[in-house]
Amino acid sequence: MVRILSGDGPRSAVLSLIVAAIFLALAFAPFLFPGSRALETAARIAIFIVLVASYDLLLGYGGIVSFAHTMFFGLGAYGVALSTVHLGRGWGALAFGTLSGMVLAVVLAFVIALFSLRVRAIFFAMITLAVASAVAVLVSQLSWLTGGEDGMNIQIPRELTPAFRADFEIFGTRITGRILNYYLVFVCCTALFLLLLRIVNSPFGRVLQAIRENAFRAEAVGYRVVIYRTVATCLSAAVAALAGSLFAIWLRYVGPDTTLSMEIMIDILLMVVIGGMGTIWGAVVGATIFVLAQNYLQNLMGAAAEATAGLPLVPDLLNPDRWLLWLGVAFILSVYFFPAGIVGRLRSGR
Amino acid sequence: MTAAPDHTPILQRPSIRVRMEPWLPVLLVPVLVLLGFVSIANPSSWLTLTVSGLAMGMMIFVIASGMTLVFGLMDVINFGHGAFISFGAFVGVSVLIALSALTGAPSLMLNLLALLAAVIAAMAVTGAIGWGFERVIVRPVYGAHLKQILVTMGGLIVAEQMIHVIWGPKEIFIARPEMLKGSITLFGATLEKYRLVAVGFGALVFIAMRLVLRRTKIGLIVRAGVENREMVQALGYRIRRVFVGVFIAGSALAGLGGIMWALYQELITAHMGNEIMILVFIVVIIGGLGSVEGAFIGALLVGLLQNYVAYLEPKAALISNIGLMVAILMWRPQGMSPVIKV
Repeated sequence: MVRILSGDGPRSAVLSLIVAAIFLALAFAPFLFPGSRALETAARIAIFIVLVASYDLLLGYGGIVSFAHTMFFGLGAYGVALSTVHLGRGWGALAFGTLSGMVLAVVLAFVIALFSLRVRAIFFAMITLAVASAVAVLVSQLSWLTGGEDGMNIQIPRELTPAFRADFEIFGTRITGRILNYYLVFVCCTALFLLLLRIVNSPFGRVLQAIRENAFRAEAVGYRVVIYRTVATCLSAAVAALAGSLFAIWLRYVGPDTTLSMEIMIDILLMVVIGGMGTIWGAVVGATIFVLAQNYLQNLMGAAAEATAGLPLVPDLLNPDRWLLWLGVAFILSVYFFPAGIVGRLRSGR
Repeated sequence: MTAAPDHTPILQRPSIRVRMEPWLPVLLVPVLVLLGFVSIANPSSWLTLTVSGLAMGMMIFVIASGMTLVFGLMDVINFGHGAFISFGAFVGVSVLIALSALTGAPSLMLNLLALLAAVIAAMAVTGAIGWGFERVIVRPVYGAHLKQILVTMGGLIVAEQMIHVIWGPKEIFIARPEMLKGSITLFGATLEKYRLVAVGFGALVFIAMRLVLRRTKIGLIVRAGVENREMVQALGYRIRRVFVGVFIAGSALAGLGGIMWALYQELITAHMGNEIMILVFIVVIIGGLGSVEGAFIGALLVGLLQNYVAYLEPKAALISNIGLMVAILMWRPQGMSPVIKV
């Protein structure tokens, strides 16, 4: 068990319980929570855990702020979409699209990293922001290739669609293609998560942490800071692209809003910071809380807004569309007061 | 005992190449204008595009100058700068709508009066917000870039949402003042009046800023602070207080840029600031962090290139600016005229 987790367990009783609960809930989601919305939420959580963990490799371990993570996510998703359009429905097309999206993401990450990281790490934040928004605009404009704002529907093998029904039941639930698709996502996400855990606990991960703490000293000890940062960028881009492919296969759709938009980038930032920077476990907690809040908290805010309808300004502040306002406030406060996030808090309080 | 090292002074004048080195970036602007003239091959459209490119460049410069100074002086990177743009635009537009009697009147004086009121209101409000932003959001995270980026990004989210709360989620259309509508014809080219005004106004801001930075004591302290903060502190100046002043001025300038941009587009949305910030970041990077002159040249380059390319190949407009940034970073990795050497 410890070996699977690369010797970096949750290291806190409460956190272990939370992580175990999340893992079990995700593992048996189709049987525990009937209904398509719950399954939708579960798949989203699984994919975002990987996406956020890969971002944490960059932000929490490398100390590099990137705003292009959704771009890599989107490259993976569009890779799958384009290859299924041009190669037809089939497993080969899915694999080819996933791989080519990943390769493209790595190449792009390498070029951006070379340009910005050799000067100073702060350039990276600004350049990735500019490049990512340019790519988002480009994707929505090149409608002959990418479907523009409407996005593209993806043909996936029949075994993964709701139309496919197996002849047997488990726990009284009939196995459909949708559930098989969910388990594809779940297994891949678990594997990617364990891979990331392996990476950050390898000597490479230690060097990254050293660079985050003091780049000058790390260079003096003999590690080429630029190379380590560039490799971290490429690795994180590759995992983000894979998560994007899974997301596309799960949704059977890609569009600029679901994969490339700035809103998703901000969501990822919030998840990393709330969960805890500098620990991969933070991604599990952060992504789960955030996605659940996104799906269910808005109902609560709507109720609160109706309850305060008589007061001035308060209903506007509590309007469900304004939930980002409160998340923004929570974000600032957590950067100030809990820079280690929920996980750091739980670990120190053990 | 070792002999003193050889010292052979060079008495000849440095070659023209060495002397031209700092001026090369300035030459880029006329070169780009000429290139545009050659590739567009239609003098009247070229003139129209050049004027609108300059207008856009001036507006971007007004916004970028504050940001680059804030970075240079205190090593603070403010991703929330875009919020000031949006706030400036919304406040200014609200004033213009309230003064619709003045803006609708066919008199240049009254129109300019309304515009002046809008500009003052926008700058005052964004300056005040900038003061609060510096106190609450930026001050606790001095010296930590990672936290600065995260916290100012959070500030941006909150500010954008507050605009939604105050002005509602819909975009607002705004008509230009009566006398600034329409266009004049010069050498067969149609030039929108407002763009000419924006060019003039932007140039005025640049000249005023240069005068303040080069000719006044406070400008001297700011420039010295950008080059070496500790030394200025050691000489007895409270650099923190200067910095707060620069931050407020930078925010007010962003607000000014916001209202200028609002009248340019005649449409404002809460995330307009965020969209403009992409160009502003490109400008600040290619100009060199901390350099006002670099930001000016960079802004003109970006504005002109964007307009030329949008005419020649509409879809490549945004990519062209990324290309410009890549090209300049290959030429000078620190930006065109960096003040802070890394």
